[in-house]
Amino acid sequence: MQLELLISKFQQKDERAFNSLYNMYSESMHGIIYNIVRDNNIAEEVMQDVFIKAWNNSASYSPQKGRFFTWILNIARNAAIDKTRSKSFKNSKKNLDSQLFVDILQNNESLDNKTDAIGIAKFVKKLKKKCIKVIELLYFKGYTQKEASETLEMPIGTIKTRNRNCITELRNMLEI
Amino acid sequence: MDIKEYIESGILELYVAGALSEIESKEVYDLMLKHPEILDEVLKIEASIMSLSQAVSPRDSKYIYSLIKEKLGLGGSDSKVISLKEPRTINWFNYSGWAASILLAGGLIWALVQNNELKTQITKADTDIEFLETQIENANSDLKEANNFIATLRDRNIITVPLDGQAVYPEAYAKVYWDKATNSIFLDAQGLPDPPPGKVYQVWSLKLDPLTPTSLGVIDTFTTDNNKIFVINNPNESEAFGITLEPEGGSESPTLEQLYTLGVVSNNASS
Repeated sequence: MQLELLISKFQQKDERAFNSLYNMYSESMHGIIYNIVRDNNIAEEVMQDVFIKAWNNSASYSPQKGRFFTWILNIARNAAIDKTRSKSFKNSKKNLDSQLFVDILQNNESLDNKTDAIGIAKFVKKLKKKCIKVIELLYFKGYTQKEASETLEMPIGTIKTRNRNCITELRNMLEI
Repeated sequence: MDIKEYIESGILELYVAGALSEIESKEVYDLMLKHPEILDEVLKIEASIMSLSQAVSPRDSKYIYSLIKEKLGLGGSDSKVISLKEPRTINWFNYSGWAASILLAGGLIWALVQNNELKTQITKADTDIEFLETQIENANSDLKEANNFIATLRDRNIITVPLDGQAVYPEAYAKVYWDKATNSIFLDAQGLPDPPPGKVYQVWSLKLDPLTPTSLGVIDTFTTDNNKIFVINNPNESEAFGITLEPEGGSESPTLEQLYTLGVVSNNASS
């Protein structure tokens, strides 16, 4: 209920509510965005765009359409993907299509002082390769079931059940 | 409805990912309100994805908030009005130099402010464009949904059941499109009036001999739903469908005096 109240205050342009929501979701969105753009400065830029957009378009959110997390996740993924399509980005970056979120977790350099992340990295290494791909596409890249089924060359129904099994496995590891 | 089976189906994981259509998300939302187990499951899925994505975040992101606040022009009144007191004696020779430099500084500040304002306007315009783009995307997916619905209606295996108005409100009408293959019905309820406050429509599947009603659930979002098309699970061997007006939350058995519409599944169609 607390969250609903925060969101409705945020929609009434309450700055403190905005700040609280930022604190709740920013790190997660930073992860999503960084995974797509793979550059600290660009990620910082996209982060600003995303939360400015969320503030300006707060009225367009309705709980009936989905979770607030999902709403902001959508904005973040779209903004980050748009960024990778921009000309300046294309000129400066190589193709990032084949990179997965786990690469970030496995690269210890970027996890300085982030003990939580190091903990999770240990678990995630145990996730099956298949799971990592499904999670990457559905959550980190925002693929639809159909797009994921085409990319991974498996039936749509399989995506749904596999994803369920993978998230269950992840939850067991994280004890959620 | 088997809640456990529903949770096991994996639909909630897709819901959190944002991979469901608007109609499907709405269904999940309605079920979450009715069944705390479903809400609980959604919260746990969300928490696990949040932990995972937080772990991927390369560095602390708290500092970015101040940049955002600045760009949005939020955060208190930094620009206080300062009143200038008139000096008692005026030494024009001394002051003219100061005045000139103050004018110049003022001009520069004004230009900077203008420049910043223009920059914010551009950022705003950019985000507006992006927002419009997402709206176009949304419209496209709505169109896709509508096309899917048309395709469903055209399917030869769909059984159409017109529901006619009854004594309490003869002008009412509705239509049921029953897809036996997926055990679901599409209820087009555009011909029903908005229910009075405190009341909801409840949909019934009926067996005729003897008359046995089975509730298919209440439509508690009737007034807010735009297209008045509702997808409802129906595993029953229905012989007729009816819609009654019931107190909020629905009733165990239909209040027949408040029967709004009724329609019998024709024999040759139900095969």
